Amino acid sequence: MKMNHEISLGLSLLTLWLLLSGLYTALLVSLGLASVVLVVYLANRMDVVDREGHPFHLKLMSIFGYWAWLLKEIVLANLDVSRRILHPDLPISPSIVRIQCTQPDDLGKVIYANSITLTPGTVSLEVDERGIEVHALSKEAAETLKKGEMDRRVTEMSTL
Amino acid sequence: MIITATTIAIVIAMAIALVRAYLGPTTYDRILAVNLFGTITVLFISMFGFMTGRPDFLDIALVYALINFIATIAVLKFFEYGDLSPGRTPEQERDI
Amino acid sequence: MNILAELLAYACLVSGAFFVIVGAIGVIRMPEFYTRLHAASVTETLGSILVIAGLVLLAGFSLVSVKLLMVLLFILFTSCTAVHALAKAAIHGGLMPETDDDD
Repeated sequence: MKMNHEISLGLSLLTLWLLLSGLYTALLVSLGLASVVLVVYLANRMDVVDREGHPFHLKLMSIFGYWAWLLKEIVLANLDVSRRILHPDLPISPSIVRIQCTQPDDLGKVIYANSITLTPGTVSLEVDERGIEVHALSKEAAETLKKGEMDRRVTEMSTL
Repeated sequence: MIITATTIAIVIAMAIALVRAYLGPTTYDRILAVNLFGTITVLFISMFGFMTGRPDFLDIALVYALINFIATIAVLKFFEYGDLSPGRTPEQERDI
Repeated sequence: MNILAELLAYACLVSGAFFVIVGAIGVIRMPEFYTRLHAASVTETLGSILVIAGLVLLAGFSLVSVKLLMVLLFILFTSCTAVHALAKAAIHGGLMPETDDDD
């Protein structure tokens, strides 16, 4: 199992290196290969090559589906927050709400909390076993989050 | 033409972010403003590369984005614990 | 270059610059720290998405676009983590958010 993660880490590092370099001579590619091997060795020694550090068990297609949905949500939330910023009266009503999260593992919770933070209008303050404490810019944003559609989508993606 | 206009707008946004860093009032406001300034700087470097026709600047933007993040986390850790050494207890290590 | 792609790129750049400035104005206008976090994330999400999207459309299909998308990915990944760390550090540092709650 660990071997799979090492191979996957090496391949993604190699792709990254080839894309960033843009120069494909024998010397440079072999130097790149050497550094990839070194990094995989060091990551192995640091014990960070595992299911959490390199989560290829998430379904790839569902990640892109989720990103597309998240992008739509981000655009809508941005328009709302921009309207509030530019409104002369500054119509904000900050509140703190507690959101239930139904993800089985830590990785799912991290994805959910980061998605909440990435959406303007809501920032996750504290994450623990049972739920997430969220600071919302407006009551509407908090209500949208409480409906739990994002929670459902993340859970769907992070369970096999 | 439009690229130049966008670059100028981004520079104006950088100046506004610096005003918040100057006004404060709390330390966290200043860190937020500097973090925002860094993000806008990444955009500025990318725009500048296109403006002068040298896309090599993108490598610098990439590195700047990563350093900006590490700097924010490092300053936060410094203000919370007073030094940058690894956490003395597992609780502290988990906190940041 | 395709004239349509170019027009779309300029539209993206102009609206991206608009959102970058709106976010910066929000950081000045908002009354306290936790509300400023929301304003800053306008710049960091839609502002950078639109500016980078405009540049990708200008660059066309090449290694430059790949690097631009990587810059965008790093901005999105790091900004939400940094904002969360900032909010958490502020809570631990004793800065309490003002809320409009009735209870």
